[in-house]
Amino acid sequence: MSYFGPGHGACPGCGFPIAVKSVLEALEGKAFIVNPTGCLEIVSSMYGRNVWGVPYIHSLFENAAAVAAGIEAALRVLKRKHEGHVVVFAGDGATADIGFGMVSGAFDRDHDILYICYDNEAYQNTGNQQSGLTPPGARTTTTPVGKRQPGKIGKKKDMISIAVAHGIPYVASASVGYPNDLKRKVKRAVEFEGAKYIHVHSPCVPGWGIDSKQMVEVARLAVETGLYPLVEFEHGKLVRVIKIKEKKPVEEYLKAQRRFRHLFKHPEGKKIIEELQRIADENIKKYNLLQQ
Amino acid sequence: MKRIVRGFYAIAEAVRLCRPNVICAYPITPQTEIVENLAEMYANGELDAEYITAESEFAAASIVLGASAAGARVFTATSSQGLLLMTEVLFNAAGMRLPIVMVVANRSVSAPLSIWNDHQDSMTVRDAGIIQMHAESNQEAHDLIPLAYKVAEDKRVLLPFILNVDGFKLTHAYEPVDLLSQEVVDSFLPPYDPVVKLSTEKPVAMGCYAPPPYYMEFRVAMEHAMERAKKVMEEVFKEWSEIIGRDYGLHVSAEYCEDAEVVAIAMGSLVGLVRDVVEEMRKEGKKVGLLKIRTFRPFPAEEVREALKNANKVIIFERSLSIGSEPPVTLEVKSALFGHSSPEIHSVVIGLGGRDIPREQIVKVISEVYEGKVKPGKRYEGVKEFEEVIP
Repeated sequence: MSYFGPGHGACPGCGFPIAVKSVLEALEGKAFIVNPTGCLEIVSSMYGRNVWGVPYIHSLFENAAAVAAGIEAALRVLKRKHEGHVVVFAGDGATADIGFGMVSGAFDRDHDILYICYDNEAYQNTGNQQSGLTPPGARTTTTPVGKRQPGKIGKKKDMISIAVAHGIPYVASASVGYPNDLKRKVKRAVEFEGAKYIHVHSPCVPGWGIDSKQMVEVARLAVETGLYPLVEFEHGKLVRVIKIKEKKPVEEYLKAQRRFRHLFKHPEGKKIIEELQRIADENIKKYNLLQQ
Repeated sequence: MKRIVRGFYAIAEAVRLCRPNVICAYPITPQTEIVENLAEMYANGELDAEYITAESEFAAASIVLGASAAGARVFTATSSQGLLLMTEVLFNAAGMRLPIVMVVANRSVSAPLSIWNDHQDSMTVRDAGIIQMHAESNQEAHDLIPLAYKVAEDKRVLLPFILNVDGFKLTHAYEPVDLLSQEVVDSFLPPYDPVVKLSTEKPVAMGCYAPPPYYMEFRVAMEHAMERAKKVMEEVFKEWSEIIGRDYGLHVSAEYCEDAEVVAIAMGSLVGLVRDVVEEMRKEGKKVGLLKIRTFRPFPAEEVREALKNANKVIIFERSLSIGSEPPVTLEVKSALFGHSSPEIHSVVIGLGGRDIPREQIVKVISEVYEGKVKPGKRYEGVKEFEEVIP
């Protein structure tokens, strides 16, 4: 049996199956998967239609980090750690919103787990409601575009900095547009004992309003604009970044997605586009992303 | 070995003897001292377990859920708001059929904030699919913990188990307790051998989602497991009481009920006081009896029916409310009697939020019912006159 699928019900062009397969291949299937409620859970674990070839548990929406901590503690005391790594696959809402406290608790105790957040930037399982990781200006069903509101107001939480601030040994960002980079990061992560966090940017075809075949291209554009920097921290120190070969304007990324299309017409749109470009430029400067 | 110990120590010591693999909790009064004692045993190397300090009760319950799914024997404890915060996880753990054992040091719930004892907290999870017992004394609390593991982990059962122990009244009380030995517990309780567990050798998926064609069977199966638990508990009680030489009158203890005109029902630490009053009234020639309900889930309807079959009047001392309906134990007792017998039912709500229950109050309630001075129905004892301000 394969580690994940076939038979999962993710949309054609969905980003996270690439992330899941990359992670499990990198770990050669030696993994205990903890998966909170969300898209991935729904498409993979219906009764009688489980597609996981590795041990898998779904408990609730907000407790994956704590369930993983419990599994890790059990494996430790039962002397079964050699069986595999404890890996969480959680969406952005489960990680940065409803399950945030438990992510922090597990990091604080430094459980030997690999926590992977697949970030599709909204509650996509329930049809695109805004989360703490929805970017400014994005249209969601709970931040609709109207006369008084140009999509989401506010920021996207910086989960990388939050993870680094916990003092855990390994923190990285990755993208489903770069699966080999993700695989390398997973292999590097599990060399560390303690809590590891990898934040994986993962486009959602219906939620972002893109074409299935554009998924990888859009994921890469996020990186190439500087909006989504690929960085790697070991023991709190920035050790590697993926350099941008040719910097793309943020507008190119926004135009490719229906969730941002209103920004080019809405009276508030120009300001938001400028703000997003400023964020991208700041990332480029902060992480020195441009190839010399 | 009999020693004068406090309730929290008697509980912690029994947990230690059951050789749990993972212990996780979050502090809350009056439970805290239970896990503090376990933390100390861990620190001193007397406990071969992982002891995890969680960041909330929700996390504590989730951590023991994960550990149990991976095949560990687990323990947690909480009270009041902590149990309420755990509720979502506990329903989930029961549905996943994980034999988590926990102690609830019973405490009232907010608002208003109160750290003192009643049974409102454990009543909130009565429908979760969790076995629930109430200890009358610290000896019972101590003895029932190995039993809880053996029942919860029985392949015919596989449900979580809550042992209710009255907060402060028992948890902080000094009582003589005949402490179990490791040999005795080991001879009774084998290591946990899960039917399924998370393992890379034989991967399983746990916690599936079930669309309408599948969901109901899972829930009905829990009901069947709870029904089987009743018999399994009887088997295990019998074995255990023979080993320890203390008789655990199973789900209920009916005392002086055979010819009693009035039977008083209580759960938990209040039983001792009611027994004392009943025994005194017996000496005066009054035909009164006591029905102690030890198991609340599965509810022992047959035993209650049998114990009350000759009673003309029943008093139920209620330590919680079901606001908008009748109090929880009253509902259970009435349901058990329906179609069998119809004694007068006096539902007496008493001692909420740690309100003192003086002996004279119990004497007064039982005497008034015995002498026919009060009408049946629901009433509140020990409530002061107060005026409600309706703006």
